[in-house]
This record gives sequence, C-alpha cells and structure tokens, in this order.
Amino acid sequence: MTDTGFTVVAQGLRKVFVAPDGKPFDAIDDLSFRIRAGTLTALTGPDGAGKTTLMRMMAGLLRPDAGTLQVLGEDVSLRPQAVQNRISYMPQRFGLYEDLSVQENLDLYADLHGVPMEQRRERFSRMLEMTDMARFTARPAGKLSGGMKQKLGLACTLVRSPDLLLLDEPSVGVDPLSRRDLWTILEQLIEGENLSVIVSTAYMDEAARCTDVFVVNRGRLLAEGSPEDLSHRAKGLTYEAAPPPGMPARVLQARLIDAPDRIVDAVPRGGRVWFIRQPDCDEAALRELLPDTPFEPRTEELEDAFMALLREHDGDSGKTAEHAPAATVPQSKGDGHPVIVVRDLVRRFGDFTAVASTSFSVAQGEIFGLLGPNGAGKTTTFRMLCGLLPATSGHLEVAGLNLRKARAEARGRIGYVSQKFALYGNLTVRENLEFFAGAYGLPRKRAHARIEAVLKQFDLEPGAVSGILPVGYKQRLAMAAGLLHEPDILFLDEPTSGIDPMARRAFWRTITALAQDGVTIIVTTHFMEEAEYCDRIAIQDDGRMLALGTPQQVREQAGGDRAMDMNTAFIANVEQSRAALARKGEAA
Amino acid sequence: MEWLTVWLAQILSLCRKEFLAVIKDPANRTILFVPVLMQSVLFGYGATFDLTNVPYVVVDESRSATSTALLARIDGTGVFRRAATLETPAQIAAMIDAGKATVAITIPSDFDQRLTRGQASPVEVVLDGRNSSTAGAAAGQIGTIVADFNRSRGVHPAVTVERRAWYNPNLLTRWSLLPTLIASLSFMQTLLIAALSVAREREQGTFDQLMVTPLRPMQIMVGKLLPAMTIGLIQSTLVLLVIRFWFQIPMQGSLVLLYCCLIGFTTAAVGLGLSISALSLNMQQAMLYTFIVIMPMMLLSGMVTPVRNMPRVLQLATMVNPLRFGIDMARRIYLEGAGLSDIAFDFVPLAAITAVSLPLAAWLFRNRLS
Repeated sequence: MTDTGFTVVAQGLRKVFVAPDGKPFDAIDDLSFRIRAGTLTALTGPDGAGKTTLMRMMAGLLRPDAGTLQVLGEDVSLRPQAVQNRISYMPQRFGLYEDLSVQENLDLYADLHGVPMEQRRERFSRMLEMTDMARFTARPAGKLSGGMKQKLGLACTLVRSPDLLLLDEPSVGVDPLSRRDLWTILEQLIEGENLSVIVSTAYMDEAARCTDVFVVNRGRLLAEGSPEDLSHRAKGLTYEAAPPPGMPARVLQARLIDAPDRIVDAVPRGGRVWFIRQPDCDEAALRELLPDTPFEPRTEELEDAFMALLREHDGDSGKTAEHAPAATVPQSKGDGHPVIVVRDLVRRFGDFTAVASTSFSVAQGEIFGLLGPNGAGKTTTFRMLCGLLPATSGHLEVAGLNLRKARAEARGRIGYVSQKFALYGNLTVRENLEFFAGAYGLPRKRAHARIEAVLKQFDLEPGAVSGILPVGYKQRLAMAAGLLHEPDILFLDEPTSGIDPMARRAFWRTITALAQDGVTIIVTTHFMEEAEYCDRIAIQDDGRMLALGTPQQVREQAGGDRAMDMNTAFIANVEQSRAALARKGEAA
Repeated sequence: MEWLTVWLAQILSLCRKEFLAVIKDPANRTILFVPVLMQSVLFGYGATFDLTNVPYVVVDESRSATSTALLARIDGTGVFRRAATLETPAQIAAMIDAGKATVAITIPSDFDQRLTRGQASPVEVVLDGRNSSTAGAAAGQIGTIVADFNRSRGVHPAVTVERRAWYNPNLLTRWSLLPTLIASLSFMQTLLIAALSVAREREQGTFDQLMVTPLRPMQIMVGKLLPAMTIGLIQSTLVLLVIRFWFQIPMQGSLVLLYCCLIGFTTAAVGLGLSISALSLNMQQAMLYTFIVIMPMMLLSGMVTPVRNMPRVLQLATMVNPLRFGIDMARRIYLEGAGLSDIAFDFVPLAAITAVSLPLAAWLFRNRLS
C-alpha cells in the first residue's frame, strides 16, 4: 500500500455523463479526497450530487474519465477485480432474489463469494442474529418489508468479511425503525470487526453518527471533517423563533424563507421555527424581519451547516416559485367543516391487509399528512380517497361524495399529483398543460389565462420537453398541472421524494400559500420531519393507524415534549403499538 | 348545447395529445409508415404461388424427334427450367430428394413407336409433394402443355376445357393477395398501437392522472379510438396506393364504399386492441397478448387459404375475427367491384365485435385493478 491509513485516495477525479437533453455534464468534477481506514465515513449531499457515481467508481464499476482513484492501495481503474475481491458493495437497490427464501439468498451470495463451508455457519448465525431475522429464514425475500429487505441485503453483502464496505444510500425508503436498526448493526460491525465503512446518505442524522463527513454537491466537494467541525460552520447563525399564538409555524417559516438575503434556511420544528441567518445579516436586521416575534439563539446542528453550505454553493438556483407574501394572521379557512370523511376503511389484496380499519376526517383548508414507511398503507389509503382503487369495506367521502362512484364533475374539484412523474414525457411543458386544461374542460379563455398563470407561478419554460426536465422541475410541472383547474382539494402522493432539500423547501412554500387560499391538502410523505408543516397528521404502520392528531399531540402520545423530533416520535409510537399488540396476543 | 361542446372539446384535447405523443417520437414516425410500405412491396414481389423457374429433370428413353418436340414445348413455356437430363429413372430420386428438381419427366423408350402407330403413350411425371401447391400447379401446367401438344398432332379429345379466370385473368397470386393487404397490414399495427395505448399509460403512471380528471371512460375510449383509427386508415391508404400505382392492379369497386368498409373494420380492430390494452397491466403484457391473438387471426382470415376449406369449427371461430371480414371486403370491392349489397353481411359481425369490445374496454379502464 502506498498510503497506509487511507482506504480511498482520489486525485483530480472526473466523470462526464450525457444529460437526457444530450448535453454532457460533469457528474464528478475534479474531486480529490482521502478517506481514513477504520472509520465510518459518510458521503452526503442532495440527490444528483454524484454520490452514487462516486460509489460505483470506488467499487470498480465505472471508470473515471480523468484523475486517479486508489482503493485499498490498488488503482481501481487498472485492477478492478483486485479491489472487488477485498470490498463489499451494497447498491441502492440490492439484488435480492425475491422468490428465494432468506436462507437461500444467503447461501447464494456465500456461493458467489466462495465463502468456505466451515465459515458459513458461524457467519450466517451472526448475521441473522444481528439483523434479527433468524425467525424468517424460510420466508421468500419478496415477502419481506422494505426495511427487512434492506437488512437482508446488508447480511448478504456481509457474508464474507471485507476490508472495506461501501453502502449506497442504504436507508432510502426505509422506515425510521428499520433505519435505526440498520445503523445499530453498522456500529456493531465497526466495533467488532474493525471494518472500514463508506456510506452515502441524504439524512443528516445519519451523517452525524459518522466519524468523517464529506459533503458533495453537483460533483464537487464542498466540505469535509468531523460532524462537530462541520456543525461549527453554522455557529452563531442559528436561531429559534416562536410564532404568535394562533399562527401555524409554517406561516412564519414561509415569511423567513421569502427573505433569502437575510435567511439561509428555515424549517418548522416542534411548533416553532428553526432558522439560520446569513452571516452578513445582524440581529438588528433580523428583528426588522420579525418585528412581532421573539427569537433566540439555539445550538447549531450538522443539518444547519449542510444547508448553509448548499445555499452558498447553489447560489440562487434553489429560488422558490413566486408567491403572495405569507399572511401575518391566518386567513379564514371557511367554517372548518369536514371535506373528507373516512370511517372503518379497509382494503385487502387477497389475504394481505393493506389498510386495516382506518378512520379520520379532514377539515376544509387543512394540511393533512399521511405518514409512514414504504408499504405502510399510505399510498393505498390515498388511492382509495382519489377513487382510483375501490375499498374492500368502509365509508369514504370526499367533498360529500365517493369519488369512485361520483359523477365526473366531482373529480373536477380535486387535483392530484402522483408519486412518480406521471405526465407525458415527450410532450412539452405547454402541451402537457394544454392537455390537462382540456381534460378538465376549462373554456379556452380561462385555460389560456390559467396556463400563463401557472407557468409564471412555477417558473416553467413552456417550450421545454417535460421528460428531460430536472427532477425538481418535473415536480413543479406536476403541481402546475394539478392546480390548473384551481381545485378545492389537492392530493399529493410523496411529492418530495427524490428532490433535494432546497426544492423541498420551495415545494412546502407553495403548499403553505395554497393552504392560505383555503385549499385542503392531503399529502403523503416518508420524511417524518415534514409532518411539522401539517396541521394534523396520521401515522400508519403495517396498514394500521397508530396516531392521529396535530404534530404536538402525536409527540405527546409518544411521551415526548416539544423538543422531540418526529422520527423519534414515530419510533416511539410504533414500538408502543407493537408492544400493545404483543400484550393483547399474550392475554388472548 | 354547452354541455356537448365541453364534452367534445375534452375528447378533442385527448386526441390531440395522443397524436402529439405518437408523432413526437422519431422512432414511432418511421415505424408507423416505413414497414407498411416495405411489407406491401415485399408481398407484391415475394409472396407468390405463380409458377416460374420450376426446376425439372428429364429421362428421355425415346430420344426421338417427337419426344424432343414435346420437351421443347415444356422448355419453351418459361415456367420450367431444365435442371438436368438424366440417363436412367434411378437417378430421379436423388435429384428430387436434394431439392434440385421439383418435377421429373420420364418419356418411355416406345413413346415414338406408339404414337406413330396411333396408340396412346404414357409420360410419367414425378412431383415433389413436399410443396403441394407448387406440385399441383406444375402438374396442371404439364397437362396443359401435353393437351396443346396433342392438338398440334391433330388429335382432338372429345371434351376440352376452355379456362376463363374472372377478375384475375392470368390467375396471378399478386392480384388476389395484394388487395387483402389493405386490411391485413394495417390490422397488425392498429391492433398493436391500440393495445399499447392504455398499457403504456398504466406503466408510466399517467393513466391514474387521467382517471382523476373529469373525463369519463367513454370519452377516454373515444379519445383513444379516433387516433388509432386514423393511423390505421392512413396505413391502408398507403397500401392501396402501392398496389394501385406501383403494381398497377386495376381497382374495380367504389373507393367510397371501400373506405366505409375500412372504417368499420378498423373500428373493430381498435376495439379489440383497446380491450387487450385495458386488460394488460404493462406494455409487455399487452405486446404478448397481441401476438397471441394476431397469429391465429392471420391464419384464419382467408387471406391465403380460403375460409371455406377450413373445418366447420374453425369456420365458426372466424366469425369473431375482424380480419376475415376486412379481407373479404377489401378483396371483393377491389377485384370484383362488389357493391354494398354484396358485402353488407360483413358489417354485422364487425359491428358485433365493436359493440362488445369497446364498452368492455371502457369498463375495464376503471375496474381493472392494479
């Protein structure tokens, strides 16, 4: 080894890809770094930062276009096999064989890696114990939950003991509980086997658990250091403000976000607003911005430094769409009568219960969040509400009607933005909007006016081909199409998955503005912290409704106070409910 | 009134979107029109039962002036090409087995003597029955040559057959086959386009987006039907132009009637395609189902083999095959100049297929669970 003490040494690394619009761009742009051996290192950055490209290069699956990359002392572009023999790599979507059982998957990967028979038994039992999957060895991998699949993927990756473990976003789409388990396993491994691990993640709480953190954005390295060093960059810039009584935190947050020259970032948190000021904006200027709102400094966190770094690097590219200024006083939201009523809603697929007896109602002008991990039943509930899926049993009412049976006009009152981009990719932005204006039966004049309005509101280029827009813009277009006909109720299915933190802020800013105009919003998300934007949330797990209420009520149900973050609240709720179920099982 | 305008405007915007989606894809643009043109030209030149260049071998044991004269007639037709002149009948088998000859003619050694004596003399013809239609046609052709030969020798059989083939005077395969392509070539693509249309939207998630709009299943169906039909009709027109102006096959019937029939036929084809599409969860399934139905439909269409020749059960099965009636109409109007009264019956099954498949598709849009 040339550089003992370092697992990965990169020098002037570059990788060029061709964007969907045919233009080449630097996915990795002149990157140089060194990663220390024996540490847990996080590679973090927004989506599209180049994390996966970098991981694939380190695993010898992609050749750099320029620069050198040494992994475990070998030049990986010259001798990829020599490197691959000593590393284990878990890609974002690990290749489990869904029809094979847990045990068969383990055997298969042990065979592929040539793990000797005598080592297997000890290794398997250790892996199964660690992942808590010993009970499920006979179950087909396809029938595991998202979190269990990910744990099995990790176990299969670790059938042999590597010198370096590469994990590419292991916790994407995994519920908070499994996410916590996954990290416990990682920490045990590092301690027990003195393993070097490089993990890419978009979650700051995960990065905060690592020894070293590398922040990348658009192929460039923005910063590196320990979480403490990095957090330090935001020292003295972070504050907390309490909105006046009766004002939702998101309204205050919107007002702060709207002043990017003074404020780097703001998020609602525990009924208050956490924000970061620009370094050149002094407290006097802040007071000017928040005349009637007290604010006080708070301890900085890694996420604050991360947002500050991104904002600095991206300049104004994360510019939010245009909105009316956030109202200081919440406007009247109608009479608060329920526009959505769900009672004992059940949906089964064969013998699998996707949604078990769920009841809730949503008042007009409310932002209602359906939270839960992938596979918890939120999308199924959501599709039933929109009339896309019939319920097995139960009562369902949207604007006084069951959309599945209602006349077509009733559908004209709702807007729908689906989970993945579901507009016509080879049509231009304008053609898509014209089509939906036509489908909603808008008269020519109004259609024209509305199209111009949403193009302006969402800052969209009408001539661009929608299929090759960047993710954030696709999402804006989907919103624009969903709002063309000015619906009373807007359904948003996982609108923020796969878009970067800046775009998410911009998205929620739009939602806040809509809610002010009296639009009722139903939104699903697997980002627990986004619950803070909602008036009320419902947490689902395994098809069951675990908690329902304001974010504060949900925290209290979990036994926490204002400071408890939503992730912790979610985990506590799930654990309480599972324990209750187990007690019931014992009693029975 | 206003209700109707909105209703129609919604369908119009769907049609517009469908057309744009098809036309914007450069691959689509070529796939829609180039293969149809190529196939119709290929069929025109390639697919033929007409006899030309049939290789034959001969064993002339007579070696007389008379036998030479008969062989000269065979050589002179342009239909047969002599592959070899053999010494003994024993060599025939090898030539036929190897596929070097389709026909073997043996002229016996007493051929000339018998004829001079005024007696009849057999000529043995061995045929390669592995291709029955060529063999049969070759045998018939040799029969005609021999009859002519007899007449030239002043022998007059008691009964003679005078053939007059109506509608296709020279009995060219090209004439009987090409007009059927007006229906069959466009059928394949129309079915596929329709079958992929909903399946593609389901796969890409746009169908949900469509289902939450106030569009009714009926409107979605019409919006999908019209563009697919238009593409089918354009393809039929291309084939029509190729056979009329490139192959110069004269058209006997009314163009207006032909198009009326094509509209009826294409609607049924699209209806079938949309049902397949509404049933499929993704494009792969739709493609698979389409290929599963298209083969039997082609075979049982009467395009190459007459429906009358099929077993009774299969004849019944052809009643649900729109292609059978499309082909029947196209061929009869084009070659025969059939009028409306002649082909009116064909509309009944087509209308029935449409009346079942379109509502089925519309119902499946909403009720097919994903």
